[in-house]
Formats: sequence, C-alpha cells, structure tokens
Amino acid sequence: MMNTALIQSFDRVMNELYIEVKKEDFKNRCLALHKELNSPVMMMFAEDDRKENNDFKIYCVFLDKAARQWTIVKTKISPESKKFEALSKDVYSASIFERQIKEMFGIEAEGAIDLRALSLHDEVWPKGYYPQLKDFKIPGHDNLKSGYLFNKIQGEGIFEIPVGPVHAGIIGPGHFRFNVAGEPIINLETRLGFTHRGVEKLFEGKKIEEAIALSECISGDSVFAYSVAFCNAIEKIYGIEVPYQSQLLRAIFLELERMYNHVSDIGGIALDVGFSFCANYAAIIKENILSLNNELTNSRYLKGVNGIGGTSKKLDDKSRILLINSLISIEKDFNELKNMLLSNASFMDRVEKTGILRKKTAEDLGITGVVARASGVPIDLREISSETYKDEGFKLIKHQEGDVLARLNVRVEEFIQSLNLIRRFESKIKYVILGQAQDDTCLKEGFALGYTEAWRGALLFWVRTNKEGLIERCKIVDPSVHNWHGLTFAVLENIVPDFPVCNKSFDLSYSGNDL
Amino acid sequence: MINILKNRLKKGIVTKSISIDKVEIESLGRELQSAIKKKFGRSFHIREVDTGSCGACESEIIATTNPIYDLQRFGIDFVASPRHADALLVTGPVSKNMALALKKTYDAMPFPKFVITLGNCALNGGMFKDSYYVEGGVNKVVPVSFHIEGCPPAPIDIIKGLLRFVKS
Repeated sequence: MMNTALIQSFDRVMNELYIEVKKEDFKNRCLALHKELNSPVMMMFAEDDRKENNDFKIYCVFLDKAARQWTIVKTKISPESKKFEALSKDVYSASIFERQIKEMFGIEAEGAIDLRALSLHDEVWPKGYYPQLKDFKIPGHDNLKSGYLFNKIQGEGIFEIPVGPVHAGIIGPGHFRFNVAGEPIINLETRLGFTHRGVEKLFEGKKIEEAIALSECISGDSVFAYSVAFCNAIEKIYGIEVPYQSQLLRAIFLELERMYNHVSDIGGIALDVGFSFCANYAAIIKENILSLNNELTNSRYLKGVNGIGGTSKKLDDKSRILLINSLISIEKDFNELKNMLLSNASFMDRVEKTGILRKKTAEDLGITGVVARASGVPIDLREISSETYKDEGFKLIKHQEGDVLARLNVRVEEFIQSLNLIRRFESKIKYVILGQAQDDTCLKEGFALGYTEAWRGALLFWVRTNKEGLIERCKIVDPSVHNWHGLTFAVLENIVPDFPVCNKSFDLSYSGNDL
Repeated sequence: MINILKNRLKKGIVTKSISIDKVEIESLGRELQSAIKKKFGRSFHIREVDTGSCGACESEIIATTNPIYDLQRFGIDFVASPRHADALLVTGPVSKNMALALKKTYDAMPFPKFVITLGNCALNGGMFKDSYYVEGGVNKVVPVSFHIEGCPPAPIDIIKGLLRFVKS
C-alpha cells in the first residue's frame, strides 16, 4: 500500500481525491497509482499560480474505476527551476501531456522521451513564448525556420509519403507521414496542431455563460458532450445537484449525439471501401437524426441547449411523440443498413483483420472510447458518470479483435443500445426543471474536474474559477488526444489504400485534439 | 445484392425540393444551369479548405451532397484538388499554422478563381478572434468574393448561398 508518510496533504472534493506530494516524490507516487489503479494517465497539466503562491502546480489525473472516483496527484514547482521528473519513460500515456506542458508553460519534464512542440509550429511561432503563462505577450514574427524533426526510416526500397495538411476530402487539416516498404506501411507519424486556436487561453477571464458558448464551438460534432463536461465542472464547483429529470434530458441528447455520429462513421467506413449505396443510406439516417435534433431544440447540433444545472430546453408532449415516432423509422432504416453491410462478402473482406490495434498497445497508450472497447479495454465513463445510465440497464459493449470490423460492431451495437436507452429515459420524464443562469451572489471560487462519455470516448474538463466567478484556468482533454496515437499503431503492416478506412474507423477530431 | 435492390426500390426518392423566395428550385435550377454553363462551362467545381474550424461547417457541407439535398443536381460538385477548382470554400478563423497552406492552395488554382467563406469564424475569426493564434478571418490571407453566414449554416442555407453566388 501507499507510504502515507510522504504525502503532504489529502483533499477530497466530491469524487475527486487530491494527493499533494513533494516534487521529488511526484514520479514515484504517479507510478504507484498507475499500477495500483490500472489506469493510464487520463490527463496531466500545469497551472500558473505565481501571482498568489509564487509557484507552478502540476496535476496528474488517474481514474479509479472501482471506487468511481478520480485520483489526482499534485505537486508544486518553483518558478526558478521550472522542471519536474518525467513519467513518460515508464508510463507512455504521459508523453503527450509532457509535450503540452513544455509547449504551453516552458516547464520541462526531465528525461522525457519526446518534448517536440505539438500545436505551436516553429514555422510560425518563435522559441521562448509560452502562451499559457499569465504574463504572456504575443510575439512578433522574425526569421522563423522549421526545426521539426520527423522520425527517419531509411533503407533500400523504403519510400516516404507526406500527406496534408490540406487533404483531398472535406475534412480537418493534419499532416501524415507514411514510410512504406513496397505496399505495407512500416511507420506512420502524425503532425497535428493545424487547427490550434488557443482555446484554453481563450477561456481565461470568461464569464460562465460565455464559456459555455465557447465550449460548444470546440469540436463541432461533440457540441452537447462538451457543454455537459464543462457544466459538470462548474456544477461541482458551485455544489449544484442536477435534478434527476434534467439528467434524463441530458442523457437523451447525449445519446442522440452519439447516434448521429456513429451512423455517420458507419457510412464513412462503407464509403472508404467503395460501398457507396450504404454510405448514402447512412447519410439519410444521419440527416434524419440531425433534422430531429433541429425540431426538438432548434439546433441541428444541439447548440445552446445546455446550461448550468440542467438543459435550457424542455421536451413538450408534441416533441416527445415526435421523438418516439422518429426513433421507430430510424431503427427500421438502421437495421436495413446493418443487414446490407454485414451480409456483403466483399465488404466484410475489406474490414475484417484490417487495422488491428492490440489490447496491450491500447492500454499502454491510454486509448479511450469506441476504439478502446473494440480492442477489449473496458472503459466507458457512462458506467461511473451518473446513476441514470446504470438504472436503465446500460451495459458496456466490448469486442476483442481490435480491427475495423470490431470498431464497426461496437458502433452498431451502441447505436441500437442508444435507441433503447432514449426510449427508457423518455418514459421516465415527468417534468423538467430548467437550468438557470446563476446570479452573482452565488459565484464561487473553486476547482473541479468535469467529465462525460462523449461519443468518441472520455472527455475531461478541469476548471478553476476565481473570486469574481470568472474562469481562471481551463484544461481540456478530448478523447482524440490519446486515440490519434492509437491510429499510428493500428495502420502498421496495412497497405496505404486501407489507411482511409482505418482512419475512418477511429474517426478522430482535429479541432478537439489541437484546441 | 438482393437486399440492396430491395432497399433501393423501397426507399424511392428522398431528395427534397428547395424553394428560394418562393421560387421552386427546379425552375431556378434550370436558370442556374444556363448561368453555370455560360460562366464556368457546364459545371461549377469547389475545393474545400478547413483553416481551423470546429468541424460543424464541414459536416454541413458534406450534408449538402447527401441524397436529401443532392447539391450535384445543380451542376455543383466538390473536388479533391485546387487545380480542378473554380472556387475555394473556406471555413475556420485561419489559425497561424494554416495561413500558409491556405495561400498555397489558392495559388495552385487556375484563373478565373474565387474564394467563398462559410461560417462566422471564416468572416472575422468569430469566437476565436481574440486568440493569440488566429489571423482572424480569411480575407486577411486571400481575397474573398462571397460569404455564407451561420454557425454552422444549415445545408439549405449553404445551397441557397452557393446558388446566389453563381447567379451574381
């Protein structure tokens, strides 16, 4: 068990356990928790606290599934040293966060396996400017040169294929570099950050209402999940209990979001192997769900629906009938789609055993969401988020194979489960208490971790508010942050023409990753 | 195979008829086809570039090509290369990392060329205009001829916007 003598303080806020340790003990404490809880580093970030306490803070977050809580190791480092001991040599899932901390604060993880910049490309950004420091000033441009080093794979007959940032399709920007030996891919490196808009910095100083609107503009296909995760953090800070009826309504919208995205992915997988009839069939289903969203809430992507303490829209009787009737026709169409896909031999041939992500790799990388569950890793925050799901018979859906077909199957089964969950949630709705704008008297200083299972996977928001009730620090982890790494492993030994279908089966966010 | 045939027949035609200012699109479409033929030679091809959008605009652009909206029936289509394009459709507030890529894409297009912006971010940076990492609008990087507003604009609004652009 833990050596408690080294712990400086324990602090419990709702289901978050903060363990403060000395800088020297930080690494060991994190490694011990990683092993004990069998959790990857879910999130690691820094905070500039020089104004109040003249130090920086580093937080490392683990998920304690058994206790349904978050365990967070915290340490202080002095502004003079700006260094701490890296975890990435022992826990790979920490690597991406060490790069973020170095890039945004200039705090160096000593002994890290990689400290290259992620979003601030050196072609356009001078060295030594760290945007998330409180005293940061925008630099001028002068004599910038690219110094980014891709991994070099060399040998006879090995070719390099650079792709992007502007891709052939209607999709976000990113750069991929393939190394191929003949047809098979032997290495893939991604360089992202092209859609970096400085979102975390933009949150600072925002009022809660403005911040909700901003959270809805981060990743356009997860609008509602983002607002739920953000509001969850604020509700925890304010100590607001979301009424059961409002929780049901939120769950309905979350599942609608999951459904339109899952069916869009299923269509995308069909399209990327050239099965255009099914792709168009799926597009019709997606459009029907988006139109349903529009009729229910006046927004196809559920913008402006959520608020602190609950949703600002309610479902009247007419909407409820519309919802239930629409679900019937959506289900019918979806079953047809499923049969057409899974009974087609040439389609199955393309997706089976393509793009395999092994369970061990998925665990080491900290993969979450659909991709993790298709590789046999049982992680779904709906199990721990609220009682709503558990009561209505939610079951975690998992496959073992880790190939494109497994990810397709997880989506198919989750789509059907979401349909049934919505029906059960809807039948429990009696009345709805609407979320309300908070008046200034209850503005509170504090911090909390908000979270939800977005359709892609675990979405986390760590938020601190100041005395005036404004956002002081906001750290966001989109499921794509971990999962992009998974893609680079899944495509190995596959041929380049199968990359699009592998990529679509992951369907990751550029804007959520780059922030 | 039999499943596909069966569903093809069962589903029938799902394409919506669209009216602009109470004029049915079909008649408008005929008018447009002649306009497109005159100005662009048979069809109007668009290359889409995301310069840091959240992805909702892309989702709606893709939706315009689904069987319900079926943008292609008006002779408008999306292409994979700027070299095949008559116009560039740009979304997003233009992040610093994308400014050069946008410029290069524009330079790669043949004359005559146009830039259409789509979504509030592309107009002036929208929600992100105060960020340290955005240029704040597409017109800071390349000349813009037309804007389709919304956050994101619905597929119908995109189609109407594109048709208005072609007519102008």
